[in-house]
Amino acid sequence: MLTVQDVTCARGGIPVLSGINFEVAAVQALILRGPNGIGKTTLLRTLAGLQPALAGKITHPEDEAAYASHADGIKTALTVEENLKFWAEVYGNPIPESIWQAFDLADLQHRIAGTLSAGQKRRLGLARLGVVGRKVLFLDEPTVSLDGFSVRLFADWLQNTHLAAGGVAVIATHIDLGIDAPELELTPFRVASDKDGAADEAFL
Amino acid sequence: MIALLWRDLRLAMRAGGGFGLGLAFFLIVVVLVPLGVGPQTELLSRIAPGIFWIASLLAALLSLDRIFALDFDDGSLALLATSPLPLEGAALAKAIAHWITTGLPLTIVAPALGFLLALAPEAYKYLLMSLLLGTPALSMIGTFGAALTVGLRRGGLLLSLLVLPLYVPTLIYGAEAVRRGAQGLDASGALILLGVITAGCFAVLPFATAATLRINLR
Repeated sequence: MLTVQDVTCARGGIPVLSGINFEVAAVQALILRGPNGIGKTTLLRTLAGLQPALAGKITHPEDEAAYASHADGIKTALTVEENLKFWAEVYGNPIPESIWQAFDLADLQHRIAGTLSAGQKRRLGLARLGVVGRKVLFLDEPTVSLDGFSVRLFADWLQNTHLAAGGVAVIATHIDLGIDAPELELTPFRVASDKDGAADEAFL
Repeated sequence: MIALLWRDLRLAMRAGGGFGLGLAFFLIVVVLVPLGVGPQTELLSRIAPGIFWIASLLAALLSLDRIFALDFDDGSLALLATSPLPLEGAALAKAIAHWITTGLPLTIVAPALGFLLALAPEAYKYLLMSLLLGTPALSMIGTFGAALTVGLRRGGLLLSLLVLPLYVPTLIYGAEAVRRGAQGLDASGALILLGVITAGCFAVLPFATAATLRINLR
């Protein structure tokens, strides 16, 4: 469903990862591993189409991708429900009733998002993925600031709701999510920082 | 697009949203000018069209840097860029929301303030019409400027320097329409040009804004 062929991605014009190849079939997830600064976020942003790949080809069904960044994109002046409703409307979907249970937001539904704790905000940010109705998810450290219970909640949702319905997910994370998925270590794809051509790119 | 428009309007109305800030600024400028100039009604009525338009320009400028900066900081701009809503549509929605929160209120309030600047009675109609036709261009041009400076810390000053020169045509024809109206001359030419500038801005700038945002999001 998602095919990545020989992709080189760059941060600020400088290539950081090159020659990345992988394929993720439906009902599968792929976990990206690697130390800080290796380029996990850069790769995910490239996959999501926020920046072009320097080389290579990324194929996935059109209009089926959604991206979740480090930042949750939550408007602190709106309520939890209004935040979700906005994204539901942008993607043209109704909010599934099950979402409140799946992310343990039922009690917070009418709270102003600015009064939530960091972990609650993160749950709200992740709940957005449940209303977008997209099959291909690119998740950048989705479990930051979540407690163990919420991590399990999220892993459950990912496994039993998203993946089970034929979805795909590429997840950059440092922890063990507890879902059955192959891992891809990014260190071998690292581009040496003083490689020829890199400096020229940076000046452009 | 409608969803984004409503969200932005709702955010503007909530605490800290800044709705009415531009309007309050406009009111203060228009109130301060007669105090500074003194009780010379003839001079005041001569400079009134220019003052109204300059005050509108500055009021519009006041809230420009919030258009994209807040969404950029909390990450929702990147999420919007990957959503099915095209960035061109997002830019248009942002400009319209900005106009509804700044341009529209001051268009409505301006005629009520005409007496403070001893505006000629014949000119009220033209003041209303010129602001109605011209202020949308201010919001659209400003949205483009906001997209140019979105990733910069303290981009507000740079934004003013970029945007104010682009406001010149709107200022010239806007003030000219009111001046001609006050003198009982035919103001239709200036009003038509004002409308043309606005229409041109809305035809071109959403695309330029979206292209700029894409580059800034890389």
